[in-house]
Amino acid sequence: MAELLLILPGLIEATVKIVGLVFLVILPMVAYSVYAERRFSALLQDRVGPNRVGIPFTKISLAGLGQPMADGLKFILKEDFTPAHVRKLYYWLAPALTMVPALLTCAVLPFGGYLKVPFVDEPFRLVIADLDVGILFVFAIASLGVYGIVLAGWASNSKYPFLGGIRSSSQMISYEISLGLSVIPILMIYGDLNLGSIVQQQHEHGWALLPVTLDGLKPVISMRDLALLVPLSISFVIFVTSLFAETNRLPFDLPECETELVAGYHTEYSSMKFALFFLGEYAAMIIGSGFAVTLFLGGWSLPFGLGSDGSDSLFWGLVGIGTFFAKVIGFILFFIWIRWSIPRFRYDQLMRLGWVFFFEIALFNILLTAAILMIFRQS
Amino acid sequence: MDVLFYIFSAIMILFGLGVVVSRNPVTSALCLVVSFLGLAALFIQLDAFFIGIVQILVYAGAVMVLFLFIIMLLDLKSEEHQPMNYMAFAGGVILAVVFVVQLASVLSSFKAGELGFPLQQHELTLAENAEGLPEAAQERMAEEKLPDVHLVGRTIFTHFNFPLQVVAVLLLVSTIGVVILSKRKLT
Amino acid sequence: MAIVVKRPKLNIFERMYLPAIAKGLLITLSHAIKRLRGQTKVTMQYPEEKWDSELPDYYRGAPTLVKDEQGRERCVSCQLCEFICPPRAITITPGEIPSGDTWAKVEKRPEEFEIDMIRCIYCGMCEEVCPEQAIFLRKDYAITGTTRAEMVHDKEKLYEIGGVREGLVNKWNELK
Repeated sequence: MAELLLILPGLIEATVKIVGLVFLVILPMVAYSVYAERRFSALLQDRVGPNRVGIPFTKISLAGLGQPMADGLKFILKEDFTPAHVRKLYYWLAPALTMVPALLTCAVLPFGGYLKVPFVDEPFRLVIADLDVGILFVFAIASLGVYGIVLAGWASNSKYPFLGGIRSSSQMISYEISLGLSVIPILMIYGDLNLGSIVQQQHEHGWALLPVTLDGLKPVISMRDLALLVPLSISFVIFVTSLFAETNRLPFDLPECETELVAGYHTEYSSMKFALFFLGEYAAMIIGSGFAVTLFLGGWSLPFGLGSDGSDSLFWGLVGIGTFFAKVIGFILFFIWIRWSIPRFRYDQLMRLGWVFFFEIALFNILLTAAILMIFRQS
Repeated sequence: MDVLFYIFSAIMILFGLGVVVSRNPVTSALCLVVSFLGLAALFIQLDAFFIGIVQILVYAGAVMVLFLFIIMLLDLKSEEHQPMNYMAFAGGVILAVVFVVQLASVLSSFKAGELGFPLQQHELTLAENAEGLPEAAQERMAEEKLPDVHLVGRTIFTHFNFPLQVVAVLLLVSTIGVVILSKRKLT
Repeated sequence: MAIVVKRPKLNIFERMYLPAIAKGLLITLSHAIKRLRGQTKVTMQYPEEKWDSELPDYYRGAPTLVKDEQGRERCVSCQLCEFICPPRAITITPGEIPSGDTWAKVEKRPEEFEIDMIRCIYCGMCEEVCPEQAIFLRKDYAITGTTRAEMVHDKEKLYEIGGVREGLVNKWNELK
């Protein structure tokens, strides 16, 4: 009992963080990124987009902000149809298996520095689980996400979902490699796998892709950081492209490309089960954006090392949270922008890009980073 | 915290049985995945975060996906009931017995109370003796956490450098072999 | 004889994709900016904004019946429109005009005239075929109803939408 009392404050803290982050931030963000996708794509294509649904039974439309709620309600009310020819257990398991890993990865994402709450001495670290193997954890859990898609394709017991599942699994396995390799330069530079301390270092020395700090008003950049920008930019391009492939987004949405496979692995799904696939994809996109922001764009830190990490004042803690989510939203908009601008790759082109180009370039990039680190070694 | 150990052990054993008992290859493969996850959880309980996560990353995330992939492509039907193969059965039993004997011998030589559970303090003193750890690892040790990734990396790249190179060459050879095999023109 | 299509040889920048991708992104971004600054024409917000005033004269809306300037039903129930109607939306019950009536010389008028607006395809054949120019396609396009019965326009409804049309055929009146 005494043991339980000892861990109770930690449990409460963790519960508050989990509920706050996942249920109050990530899930609404998932719903609203669908809305953002529709409105932003409309903007790019000279259309209007959904702008009508607002407060029910009134004429107030709020630029269509009620749309995600209406969509959610619609999905719940739709008939949940299970075709007769499917393998029932796996058919039911698959949607959950796509959604869960996507949400699980946000456990190690530092969504802010510290939060100094009044009347509490110790400032709270704004991350659910401060794991020392954070990056590996993300890769490990994200790699489980492929099971949902593979199972959906296989359990549906029909041709197009099966082809979609096959495509998706081979695509995800291929791009996991370049995704992992493209992160290694970051690990080499910061010498740490803990996402929190990676961001902390970026906060102190400038972002990975913007290694500039201010000395008074004069920008300062060291030769080492300038040289490291080359491999880091290459890493960033490879990382982001692989992220697109991992999250099955256009231009790499071959697992579900409509023109060839009807809807790919979720062709046989309806109602909320379909919605789980749909939202799982968006959740993966949000977490992926958060990950990219954390690794390359300084996470919750302001550029040029401005502000503080929030361990001494509530204000800077809140600014950190705001900065992080602003960056994530910016990145999501970038995702959407790419989706509505670039046509789909052919499947052999996709595989060629992953195995013949990115794999080799990422390996070479690691070598380049090592060489630069050798040259500028602090002796 | 002991409760978690029993829960994960139970999960491992149950799904391990599932691998053997189930007639459907896909079910077997998925049971194995769950079993791996349980194993990873046990590793993490022993403060071996790195090994635990790598267990998920490599086995559950990559190897088993490929397995599943192949099973699905081959479209294996559920296994039919076959007459018992007594030789194979005997082999399995012997293997299990040998394993149990070895486990028993290891456990009997373990003197409880000498190192104590958790082993962390012991490991920390060992780690502090290691030289040339980077700053991040030093900081972590000051917080009484074990920088296991740094320690594993350091051990592999200093003490076992040659075996590592050999393994790398082996992997390279197999990669080249696969490329040559798949690129060979059929005559 | 097979035709050999010559593929253009791509230079290194074209093969890297990235410049082309950047170009594509800029195109869509320029559209977004133009749209934000209100320089692009976008879809009309239908129920609030309507195009009614700009509908052309030849617009084919709901078919209706019209009366002439003396309030006579122009339709003489010849049933040509009923026969020509491709989806068979029109049903006419012809009736005789009693001898005491002012227009007894016309002899026939429809007793009942129904157009099923669920069937109607707005082709305008009825208007073209009508020898009396009694049926016209008006500019009403929002024909709605909550029941099937409501969507069948009867004579009263047709005259209500159609109203009066002057001139045109004068063979039955004094103007001749």
